[in-house]
Amino acid sequence: MANIKEKIAQLFPQATIEGTEEQPLVSIADAQWRSLAKTLRDDADLQYDYLVTIVGMDWTDSLGCIYYLMSSKHNTMLGVKVATTDRQKPMLHSVADIWAVGCLYEREVYDFYGIIFIGNPDMRRLFLNIDWVGYPLRKDYDENPELNPVSIENERQSDTTDTYVEDDKGNVVKREVNVFEPGDFVVNIGPQHPATHGVLRFRTAVDGEEIKKIDVYMGYIHRGVEKLCENLTYPQTLHFMDRLDYFSAHNYHHALCRVIEKAAGIQISRRAEVIRVMMDELSRIASHCLFIGTYCMDLGATTMLFYTLRVREQILDIMEKTCGARMTFNYDCIGGVMQDLAPDFQADVKALIAVLPKNIKEYNKVFTGNVIAKNRMEGVGVLSREDAISYAVTGPSGRASGWACDMRKLRPYSIYSELDFNEVVATEGDSMARFKVRIAEMEESAKILEQLVDNIPDGEYCVKVPKVLKLPAGRWFEVTEGCRGAFGVYIESDGSTKPYRLKLATPCLPLAGVVDHITRGSKIADLITIGGSLDYIVPDMDR
Amino acid sequence: MQDFSIITNWIHNLLASFMPGWLTVTVECLLVGVGLLLVYSVLALFYILYERKLCAWFQCRLGPNRVGPWGLLQSVADMFKILIKELIELKHVDRFLFALAPYLVIIASMLAFSVMPWGRGLQVVDFNIGIFFLLAVSSIGVLGILLAGWSSNNKFTLIGAMRSGAQMVSYELSIGLSVLTMVCLAGTMSVEGIVMAQYDGWFIFKGHIPAIIAFVIYMIAGTAETNRGPFDLPEAESELTAGYHTEYSGIHFGFFYLAEYLNLFIVSGVAALLFFGGWMPLHVPGWEGFNEVMDYIPGLVWFILKAFTLSAIIIWFKWTFPRLRIDQLLSLEWKYLLPINLVNLVLMVAIIVLGWHF
Amino acid sequence: MEVTTKSMPYEAFKDNEYIEGLVKELQDGGVNVVVGTFDKLINWGRSNSIWPLTFATSCCGIEFVSLGAARFDMARFGWEVARASPRQADFMMVAGTIVNRMVPVFRRLYDQLAEPKYVIACGSCAISGGPFRKSYHVAKGIEGIVPVDVFVPGCPPRPEAMIYGIMQLSRKIKVERFFGGVNRKQKREDFLNSHPVEDK
Repeated sequence: MANIKEKIAQLFPQATIEGTEEQPLVSIADAQWRSLAKTLRDDADLQYDYLVTIVGMDWTDSLGCIYYLMSSKHNTMLGVKVATTDRQKPMLHSVADIWAVGCLYEREVYDFYGIIFIGNPDMRRLFLNIDWVGYPLRKDYDENPELNPVSIENERQSDTTDTYVEDDKGNVVKREVNVFEPGDFVVNIGPQHPATHGVLRFRTAVDGEEIKKIDVYMGYIHRGVEKLCENLTYPQTLHFMDRLDYFSAHNYHHALCRVIEKAAGIQISRRAEVIRVMMDELSRIASHCLFIGTYCMDLGATTMLFYTLRVREQILDIMEKTCGARMTFNYDCIGGVMQDLAPDFQADVKALIAVLPKNIKEYNKVFTGNVIAKNRMEGVGVLSREDAISYAVTGPSGRASGWACDMRKLRPYSIYSELDFNEVVATEGDSMARFKVRIAEMEESAKILEQLVDNIPDGEYCVKVPKVLKLPAGRWFEVTEGCRGAFGVYIESDGSTKPYRLKLATPCLPLAGVVDHITRGSKIADLITIGGSLDYIVPDMDR
Repeated sequence: MQDFSIITNWIHNLLASFMPGWLTVTVECLLVGVGLLLVYSVLALFYILYERKLCAWFQCRLGPNRVGPWGLLQSVADMFKILIKELIELKHVDRFLFALAPYLVIIASMLAFSVMPWGRGLQVVDFNIGIFFLLAVSSIGVLGILLAGWSSNNKFTLIGAMRSGAQMVSYELSIGLSVLTMVCLAGTMSVEGIVMAQYDGWFIFKGHIPAIIAFVIYMIAGTAETNRGPFDLPEAESELTAGYHTEYSGIHFGFFYLAEYLNLFIVSGVAALLFFGGWMPLHVPGWEGFNEVMDYIPGLVWFILKAFTLSAIIIWFKWTFPRLRIDQLLSLEWKYLLPINLVNLVLMVAIIVLGWHF
Repeated sequence: MEVTTKSMPYEAFKDNEYIEGLVKELQDGGVNVVVGTFDKLINWGRSNSIWPLTFATSCCGIEFVSLGAARFDMARFGWEVARASPRQADFMMVAGTIVNRMVPVFRRLYDQLAEPKYVIACGSCAISGGPFRKSYHVAKGIEGIVPVDVFVPGCPPRPEAMIYGIMQLSRKIKVERFFGGVNRKQKREDFLNSHPVEDK
């Protein structure tokens, strides 16, 4: 690890390096940022090819970004901090051409902080309307509802996008670029459409049935969770995790609790760890069950939904007995879990493990082996390993492309390092592989449950934590595995009871970003197959 | 075998006894028309409930069971509601074509109804080209769908209509060829003639291998003709919201909805006619006693039972298989079904010429 | 007049005073026998055939899916014919948060529904903004955007609560008048007139 620090210091003497050994944080001026970025990605010893997230920041005296990078080869993590003091027209250089997912992340930062990225081909707002006044996550944002009223007038939209480029003299000029070519037949799919899994909107340029380009519009369920969290105490921020990716409610809770506990130095009991992991894996099975159901429904095989929901209902019953709710559990809390397990939890889990293989067999019999299903899925929406990394497509979708990106294996947290389970990786990268990986993951999750169900240790389920929880000043970033991919939580604290900045790097945002790339040239029906197989959750990407 | 022509002749004679000839015909036409409409609507309502119940059964659910006894009145309530639901007037549409389309669709399926062999003598008209007439009128329906998609001035409906046009024109070929195969065996195009030719055994048994191939192809093509899953691309719900009828509301949508189910009945009715003897009871040559017993069951019951059973198979398709993609759909027809069908036709002709059928 | 749905006793409903008020309003001024019978027939059809629009923005939508599945099976009541096209649906289950950017889309969907149309605000987000009420980008309830017929509280409401909510809607439909504007039409038109959408 030390040699990474040394290496960067040697190559870029102006950069300052701080942070821990396993997660160094490099601060660099904007002028050298692009050359550092290229080195970080291309140097054989570094190879930071996966951009986890870009955290936009407002430090009141300056605006800036923290880029979190991971190396798929060396499994190392690095943060890079770039800042500008110009608050009127803040500008940084874009890395959209180095990491493909950067384009989307930079648009998000632009939307929230107004930082313009020079060289980004598409500098539009991502979540908010084009005529939105102000940048909501800036500390001096004016929340007066009269500035941005709730209006029933049709949304303004533009067919052009801005891009800022540097000319020969180093001046930044703004250019307008057409989103679609003139004469394109553009079909608007969404936001209210049965196959977009929520309120996502694709403006699709088609040639007959063939797709030429897709322009993704988000923000139809952007609820401003990150801003809300800045005004809430740490325990209060937890309940939003249920409502982002509502299938990974337990996993997201676990992720945020973990970061807060790490920052506050709280050691939780082993019983709580086991309960958390079991709940995580139960949610994973339930989530993949619903994925299979809705995906088959998208392809026209409605009946499968009813078969998969049968298992999901059984899992919801288990959770309801312990947590008291069917969807928004709010179960993991700082220091452990809210309540102890229900008395018949173990028996219920065993019953589930017993029926699961039979059900999976039935799903394969009804759907996977079907010749129509095979034709619809095989070779459709192929995503190569390089693209998967560059577009930051994690989770089952990334693993279907051959990228072993399971955070439970890469950066083991909780008790995952002691457990015996396989990371399911396929190499085809098509819709069929994404489907099969998820089915196999259900079996792996059942395997984890099997190991734990009889080994739940005694002890307290929640350790004592101070009533008023204050985190020391500092910043923490952790990545955990949700049901749909790597979920990163970034907390910056100024020492008070509320987070100064809480950034949620959700796995579904890159999934939506890759849709355009893998649907080009395929049919409209394939868009549904591909969108379904990526399994994005819209409230998760919009937050 | 009961002969309904006795009753119809009696009615004809009764009317003719006190009416001039032209009036008799007019009154009879009216009677037939009203009867047809009644049967049409009752069957459609029944079919809607039938599918919903069957689908619930496949999906381990109960299905409608609250409205009326055992939920029997569910589709009646639905129809009441659809009848008085608002007909939305749209701007920027071709009003005349927009209003015409649902009627075209429903007229096509109604005309096809007129040659259905309900029972002996229980048929509106018996042409010498009955089955040909049926093919001809049932393809008017595609015109209605194309018009609906085009006149709605909506991109989804347009794509739906284009898909539907390509699909129905292609699968018409398969239907036509498999019908032709069976017509070869029957030696006549008259519906009555086809039924009577199956007196000593249904064609599916008499024509053995080529008849079974023709039956399988007919069922596939018939499912495609009625735009039902796995061939429901024109109204693929998850792709095109509601396909060609996205912009229709109220009773205009109701017409499409009814016609879809009636077409299902027509397709299975024609399959029953061509392969399972229409209203002809199950006869096995040589088993006189058995044949006698079978004859006690009225032809109407035979026909409806056959049609319902075949419909159940088509409904089963829909709730089991995922949907095809448009290019796969077309290549299935042009690359597989059509050549097989042509070979099958030759095979059938050879079998007839050589006398290898039963 | 006891307004109820099949297999649910009248006393089991919680807000019978409200429905009784509607009945009183309905019967004010007397009813013509022929018209009244027609009304009954039409209301029977309408109240027993309420088709939802497939519309969901977030968590509540998933519970709506569960409602369709085998355990809760809304098909029993004939509600399972979910139409994807608003022209053919009868009511909108507003399942999930409505944010500023979604508001025009949502309102347009409502305008596209064919008469008679109803709205159920399902879940705390649709009722008031719920846990996101303080956010800069969330509409504080849908009441200011479209007229709402039934509110179903919960976050998300359990499927049983949704069934109860749709039953209440069914009861409200039973005390309408097709000929004339009692109970719903007038209030709704007042609402729509005070919240116009500019025609462009």
